[in-house]
Amino acid sequence: MKKILFLITTVIFFAVSCSSGDDNETGASTDTFNRQALLENIADNIAIPAYQNLANDIEVLKTAASTFVATPNESNLQSIRTAWLNSYVSWQSVSVFEIGKAEELSFRNFMNVFPVSASEIEANITSGTYDLNAVSKDNEQGFGALDYLLNGLSDSNTEIIAFYVSNTNADAYKKYLTDVVDRMNDLTTQVLTDWTSGYRDTFVSSNGSSATSSLDKLVNDYVFHYEKHLRAGKIGIPAGVFSGSVLEDRVEAFYKGDVSKTLFNANLTAMQDLFNGKHFGKNTSGESFKTYLDFLNTIKEGEDLSTLINNQFESARSTGTGLSDDFSAQVRTNNSLMTQTYDELQKNVVLLKVDMVQAMSVRITFIDADGD
Amino acid sequence: MNFNLSQYFKKNTETAPLAVFRIFFGIMMLLSIVRFWSYGWIETLYIKPKFFFSYYGFEWIRPLGIYTYLIFIICAISALMVALGFKYRISIIIFFLSFTYIELMDKTTYLNHYYFISVLSFLMIFLPANAYYALDARKRKSFKYIPVWTIDSVKLLLGIVYFYAGLAKLNSDWLVKAMPLKIWLPSNYDLPVLGDLMQQEWVHYVFSYTGAIYDLTIPFLLLFRKTRNFAFIMVVVFHVLTRILFPIGMFPYIMIISTLIFFDSKVHYKILAIISKVFKINQTQFDTNRILTFKPKKDKILIGIITVLFTIQLLLPFRYLLYPGELFWTEEGYRFSWRVMLMEKAGYANFKIVDSKTGKRFYVDNNDFLTAFQEKQMATQPDFILQYAHYLKKHFENRGHQNVQVFVESYVALNGRLSSQYIDPETDLGKQKETFKHKTWIIPFKDEIKGL
Repeated sequence: MKKILFLITTVIFFAVSCSSGDDNETGASTDTFNRQALLENIADNIAIPAYQNLANDIEVLKTAASTFVATPNESNLQSIRTAWLNSYVSWQSVSVFEIGKAEELSFRNFMNVFPVSASEIEANITSGTYDLNAVSKDNEQGFGALDYLLNGLSDSNTEIIAFYVSNTNADAYKKYLTDVVDRMNDLTTQVLTDWTSGYRDTFVSSNGSSATSSLDKLVNDYVFHYEKHLRAGKIGIPAGVFSGSVLEDRVEAFYKGDVSKTLFNANLTAMQDLFNGKHFGKNTSGESFKTYLDFLNTIKEGEDLSTLINNQFESARSTGTGLSDDFSAQVRTNNSLMTQTYDELQKNVVLLKVDMVQAMSVRITFIDADGD
Repeated sequence: MNFNLSQYFKKNTETAPLAVFRIFFGIMMLLSIVRFWSYGWIETLYIKPKFFFSYYGFEWIRPLGIYTYLIFIICAISALMVALGFKYRISIIIFFLSFTYIELMDKTTYLNHYYFISVLSFLMIFLPANAYYALDARKRKSFKYIPVWTIDSVKLLLGIVYFYAGLAKLNSDWLVKAMPLKIWLPSNYDLPVLGDLMQQEWVHYVFSYTGAIYDLTIPFLLLFRKTRNFAFIMVVVFHVLTRILFPIGMFPYIMIISTLIFFDSKVHYKILAIISKVFKINQTQFDTNRILTFKPKKDKILIGIITVLFTIQLLLPFRYLLYPGELFWTEEGYRFSWRVMLMEKAGYANFKIVDSKTGKRFYVDNNDFLTAFQEKQMATQPDFILQYAHYLKKHFENRGHQNVQVFVESYVALNGRLSSQYIDPETDLGKQKETFKHKTWIIPFKDEIKGL
C-alpha cells in the first residue's frame, strides 16, 4: 500500500515539475528540426535588420522634420514627405513583430492606426495640451497623423506651408509635427534597443512548445497580422467587406492618396518573405515557417503546404497588380477588383490559420483551458 | 461458473472501497474547482463572453453573470461535504446538479472528463457511499458491508469509459496513419529526453497502438487480482504521460485515484488507517460489522435506475450509426461517447450577412461576438455554426437590417488532411432549424476513415 501511495506521489510530482518547466529547456536537437535556428534566422536576419532600417529612416525623417520646421518651404516639404514615405514603407516590414517590447508598448497602434482623427489632431494643436502616451491618443499620432499634417491640411502645397508659417497657430503646428516625429523616433529606438540589448537572446532561447514560447507567439502574431492588418485593414475594410458599403476614407495614407498600393505591396512582400525566411534586404534565406512545414511534411507525407501558401501569396499579388495606386479611387470607381484581391488574400487565411497552424500544432490565440 | 443475476444482487462486500472512493472523489472535485477558479477561468469562460453556446434542449441554462461564482461555491461546498460524508445524499445531489449546470452553460468547454464527472456523480446519488467512514456514519450508524453491485457499478462505469475510448481508436486514421499523434507528438520537441523521440515516426505508431490496447484491456487487467498491480502501474504511467504531453488538466489524477476502487478492501483499510492517523480519527467507531440491506421495494427501484443508466451508457456512444457520413467530420453523435483525444480538427468560419432583396452583403468579424476559444470550437462543429448563425441573424435584425440571410464560408482540416470546404456556402443558415436529424448542409467528407 505504501508503495502505491509513494508511486502516486512521485509521479504526480514528476508530472507537475515536467509540465511547469516549459520554456527554457535547450533540448539539443540533433536529427530533428532545429527550431532555435528558425528563431535565430528570424531575429538576426529579418526582425533586427528591418528594425535598424526603420530606425535609420526615422532618423532621416526627424532631420527632415527639424529642417522643415526651421524653414517651412516647398522643397523642405517635399523632402519631409519623401522621408515620411520611405519610413512608412520600411514600417511595413516590422509591423508584424508585435512581440516583446513592441507588444508591451503597443508599438503598432501608436505608429500606424488609421484612419486618424483630424478633428482630434486639430483640437490638440489648438489647445496645446495633449499626452501622446495615452492609449486613447493612438489615432492622433504616427504615420497617419503625419499624413494629415503633411498632405491633408489643404489641397495645395502653398496653403499647407502657410499652416506652418502664417497661421495664427503656426508654432503649435510646428510643435505638434515635431512631437509626433519625436515620439515615433523614441518608440522605434526603444523597440530596436530592446532587441539588440537582450531581447534577441530571450526570443531565441524561448524555443519551447508552450503557448508562451517564441514560435507559438510568432505564429499567432503572423496569422493575426495577416488577417487583421493586411487582409482586413489594407483591403477588406475600405472595400466594404465588413460594412456592406465602401469606406473610401479608411485606406492607409488616405491624405496622400496615391501610395496605398505601395504600402500594401510592401507589407504583402514582407509577409511572404518572413514566411520563406528571406533575409531582410538580401536574396539569401534561412530556416523559416516554410522549411519547418517542409520538415513536418516529411513526417506526415501530406500536401505540399508551403508551396500552396506561396502560390496563394502570388495570386493575391497578381490580382492586386491591376489596382490603382490610390485605393480610395479604386473603391469609388471599381470596387470589384478590390474585393477580388480580398478574396485571394482570404484564401491564404485558411491555409495559414487552419492548415499551417494545425501542421505545426500551435495553439491559435493562446487559449487557456484544458483539453480532452 | 454459474452466474445467477438475482443471487448476484444479494451478495455483499465490504464498504471501505466505496468510502475511500467517496473521500477522494470529493477532494479531487474540490481541488478541481479551486484550480478552475484560481486560473480565472470562471471569469474568462462564463462571465466575459457575450454569447454562450447552449445544448439543444437546455437553452435555458446560462451563466448568471456575477452569480455564476455562487454556483461554483455551492459546487465546491457540496464536494467537500461529499468527501466528509456529511448529509451525503443531499450533498451529492447538489453536487450533481451544480456541476452539471456548470457544464451545460456553454458547450464550448465540453470535455468528456466533465461528462464523466456528471454521470459518475449521478450514479453516486444511488450508492450508499456514506455507509462507512463518514460523518453520517457516526454514532453506530455505520455499515461495514454493502451490496456488491454498488461498488461494481462504479467499476463498470470506469470500464465503459476506458473500453469505449479504446473502441473509438479502432479506425484507419489512428491505426494506419498514426494520426493525430503524428501531429501532436512532434510539437513536444522541447521535453527533456522524450523530445527527440517524439519526432520519430515509429514512436507515433507505438503510442497509437499502445494507447488503443491500453484502453481496451485495462478494465479487465484491473478486474483480475493477478494482473491488478501491473494494471495500476500502467494506469499511473499512462495518465502521467498524457499529463506531460497534453494540456489535460486534473483528469489524469482523477482517473488514477478512481481506479483504486478495483483493489480489494485491505488496501482501502490501510488508506483509511493513514487518514485516521493524520486527522486523529477513531476508525474503530465505524467497525460495526453491520450489513446494509435495502428494503425489497427500494432495492428494486435502485437496481432499476442503475440498469436504465447503464443501458443508456452502453448504447449512447453508438448513436452515431444512425447518421450518414463520417462521424469525425460531421460530429453528429460525437459527444458523450468517450471519444477522447481522438482527432485534430481545425477550422475557419467566415459568416456573410446578405440582404435577400437588395443583395447587399458584408462579412462578420467573429471577434465582435465570440472569444477566441468559442470561435475555435465553433469553426469545426456544425451545431455551433448553426446556433451562432441564428444569433447573428437575430442580432442584425435587431439592428434594423432587413431580409437577413446568413451564409458561411468555412473550411476544416481533419487529422492533417488539407482543409476543405465544410458547410454548403449556398445554404441560408438562418432558415435551418436545429434538430437531432442529419444536417444536410454539411458538405460530405472527401476522404474515408475506416473502422468504428
